[in-house]
Amino acid sequence: MSSGRSTAGAPKGRARSAAGSLAPAYGDHALTVERLSKRFDDRVAFEDVSFEVGYGEVFGFLGPNGAGKTTTVRTLGTLLAPTSGSATVAGVPLRAENGPEIRARISIMPESPGLYLRLTVMENLQCFAGLYELDQVRERIERALLAVNLLDRARDSCASLSKGLRQRVALARALLNDPAVLFLDEPTSGLDPVATREVHELIGTLRERGVTIFLTTHRLEEAERLCDRVAILSTTLRLIGRPDELRRRLFRRSLDVRVRASLEDPEAVFGALPEVEGWQQTPAGYALNVSDPDVAAPAVARALVAADADILSIAESRHSLEDVYLELIDEDVEAARR
Amino acid sequence: MSLSRRRVAAITVKELRDYRHNRFVIGTMATVPVLFIVLPMIQLFAANVTGKHVSAHVGLSLLYLLVIPVMVPSVVSAYSVVGEREQGTLEPVLITPIRREEFLTGKALAAFVPTLVIAYAVFGVFLAAAALFANPAIVSAIYAGTHVLVQLLFTPLLAGWAIWVGIAVSARSTDVRVAQQLSVLASMPPLAILALTSLNVITLSTALAIGLAAALLAIDLLAWRVVAAMFDRERLVTGRRA
Repeated sequence: MSSGRSTAGAPKGRARSAAGSLAPAYGDHALTVERLSKRFDDRVAFEDVSFEVGYGEVFGFLGPNGAGKTTTVRTLGTLLAPTSGSATVAGVPLRAENGPEIRARISIMPESPGLYLRLTVMENLQCFAGLYELDQVRERIERALLAVNLLDRARDSCASLSKGLRQRVALARALLNDPAVLFLDEPTSGLDPVATREVHELIGTLRERGVTIFLTTHRLEEAERLCDRVAILSTTLRLIGRPDELRRRLFRRSLDVRVRASLEDPEAVFGALPEVEGWQQTPAGYALNVSDPDVAAPAVARALVAADADILSIAESRHSLEDVYLELIDEDVEAARR
Repeated sequence: MSLSRRRVAAITVKELRDYRHNRFVIGTMATVPVLFIVLPMIQLFAANVTGKHVSAHVGLSLLYLLVIPVMVPSVVSAYSVVGEREQGTLEPVLITPIRREEFLTGKALAAFVPTLVIAYAVFGVFLAAAALFANPAIVSAIYAGTHVLVQLLFTPLLAGWAIWVGIAVSARSTDVRVAQQLSVLASMPPLAILALTSLNVITLSTALAIGLAAALLAIDLLAWRVVAAMFDRERLVTGRRA
């Protein structure tokens, strides 16, 4: 499968900052990446990656460990120089001399919060407000802490905070400069379910405010829940699109039919229906390949009633993003074996 | 290229706040000056020195004091980059708009300011103690020649040298302890010349003292450029050269 390039389904409009103000829109896309590659000596970190991210979009970047997700983020954040290809980040061409300008317009929350543990939350944020040369420092820090529900912990030492709270401080730090693009690198890595839920809620809040978010994760339920579109990276970009689009692209649509007792002649029931393209028996009942479940379901129900079957359920099969992901990764494993 | 004062100040203030809460740094900054003021005091007051040996004794005592601006900053500056890397705090700083020259200057100032305060304060204590308790021959010897000028001129310059050496080692190291040991060792060579002058092996005139100071200043400025050139974001983040 070739690397995709699309912004279909991306919300239009400008990013609204964590503080609620409109962040400047630098061009049509927050990110434009064209055939970008990064190699370390003879090892390929990622290769020939192309995609675009619209302003206000939450874009999921998925892939197994070692797929090149963090390296991609570091490259777009000008920490690493690309080996080839080009990109525009928040309206600025990705070139070494533009590093400070790009870094002023974006924020990256690395996988590890990287807080100065001996300093207080406020002192940590004051340092970064200085590094971004921000005005109205106190107000900005308070807004950022308010956005992550940590205003009452401003005077606490970061060493005294739990891992989840440290992650929230790191998120507040990333929001300080009202970034045009916010990169979140595995934001829930190592967090317990409660802290994970808190981070998800925060991302959801930022999404509602229109912040452009580039979320790298290998948690598929996280991507499915939070992202407008996702890209699956496994050194090369394998697939890009909305989660439902990816499901449709990889899996045929089907109906799961459950009846009280097995049909005497299923071929006579399903084979006669033009809406059903094929069928197979499953442990739970029957799986029918259909092109349009909304049209096929009533026809199948009528056929089953006519066949005197006791219907327990007729439902469209739901393939999760995990199914999509595993299908692609299995393809990679198979290709590697060959 | 202009440096942003705010970004430099942000790094310096953060460092100073971090020192305040760091027992190791506080311990180093407190222990080294105490050690290197006790030894010259013993040298001056306990020894029964007369005649031509007075000047050599005073020179040796003042040489001890010049170890302070080498030892104090070399330990903290050796920690400055590799320490942040080990803590995982370097990457969040490097993804802000800060330039490497600003980062390094902020780090250097944070080591330089307390060093200067400590070294001059210790020298002040030494002069006061000598004036109050030492015999007049020793007091005269302290103010004779270039001893005081050397202390005043070389304290900041030696500190500058030790800081850049420490940061250079820190930027290239992967282990804090190795960085600290290496940086202390690498900071010592300029002291060798001063040792020869303090012990009257080389007679240091005012002009020669100023000339040496100018040379050390030039070396310090050059070291800043060299260390900035050595500071490679990609290598610091990934451990691989760009």
